[in-house]
Amino acid sequence: MHFKIFWAFFKVGMLGYGGGPASIPLVHKEVVGTYKWMTDEEFQDALAIGNVLPGPIATKLGGYIGYLQKGWLGLVNAVFATILPTIVLMIILLKLFTEFKDLGWVQGMSHGVMPVVGVMLFILTYEFLAKAKAKTTWQFLILFTLVSFVLLAVLEIHPAIIILLIVAFSLLRKEGRI
Amino acid sequence: MIYLKIFLAFFIPGVLGYGGGPASIPLVEQEVVQNYGWMTSQEFAEVLALGNALPGPIATKMAGFIGFEVGGVLGATVAVTATVMPSLLLMVFLAGLLYRLKGTKKFDTLTTLIRPVIAILLGIIAFDFFSSSFIDSGMVHTLILIAASFLMLTKFKIHPALVIIFGLVYGALLL
Repeated sequence: MHFKIFWAFFKVGMLGYGGGPASIPLVHKEVVGTYKWMTDEEFQDALAIGNVLPGPIATKLGGYIGYLQKGWLGLVNAVFATILPTIVLMIILLKLFTEFKDLGWVQGMSHGVMPVVGVMLFILTYEFLAKAKAKTTWQFLILFTLVSFVLLAVLEIHPAIIILLIVAFSLLRKEGRI
Repeated sequence: MIYLKIFLAFFIPGVLGYGGGPASIPLVEQEVVQNYGWMTSQEFAEVLALGNALPGPIATKMAGFIGFEVGGVLGATVAVTATVMPSLLLMVFLAGLLYRLKGTKKFDTLTTLIRPVIAILLGIIAFDFFSSSFIDSGMVHTLILIAASFLMLTKFKIHPALVIIFGLVYGALLL
């Protein structure tokens, strides 16, 4: 059983491109499709609960499902299987990269990749704004984004403070629309 | 106490990053580049580049590597634990309670307000990367790389790992 948990989430970790959210369908395929540990409905519930909480989604799903199957050891097993292989790869490759950093063309690689990563972050920026737009109006979104920009970039307030204020405000306020 | 610092640097993004791993990218940058100065903006870009070229969740890849750089294997373990465990434990212990929270207006408000904040933070890092590329590689190369990778990712839907490889090859040959 533990081997099955490891193998299911190892595949999720090694095949999920584009960060944790991209691996949700892969988790679904393993735990609902291949191993039938959960029904479709139970999976949707687990995903919904995971989305209420902050932090990476792939490990929340994996750990929770591992826990439901085999308790704490199942939780640790699933989390390890999801993340360990790629962390090891990451450390080996980046170490190798740093080793040859004095070479001109390796420095070129480092420079060439910077705007590409910038574009990826820019696309993420757009996606986060578009998701917020789905739940509110343009006017509110633009105003709120401008206010956030001033607080974060001009006044350089730590994002943790702003996020905590939002969490407190959202949970304490009375029900109603934004 | 370095491990305590590592723990805090990744605990904060782990408990505040709403929207999965990618939401924690700017929060991790805030801690490791700006707050603790463990790496430069350039090095952080390299971590993100490789993180995007490899499979698996991005938040734990960042935590594992940066934790390892700063504090060895124990550092990596601390960083990953701080990233993953707080919200996972909440999920295990509070599943029933959280299930009632999903879909409520309170929770909708929460995610709707946090997303623009994360977006701004991501946008600032993107802008930083563009402007250091302007300085390091010049305007022409920067604009070519931006336009090419934007088209590849959005219009032609080319796999992100391949677009990263394009940036690496372009840089190796021309920069």
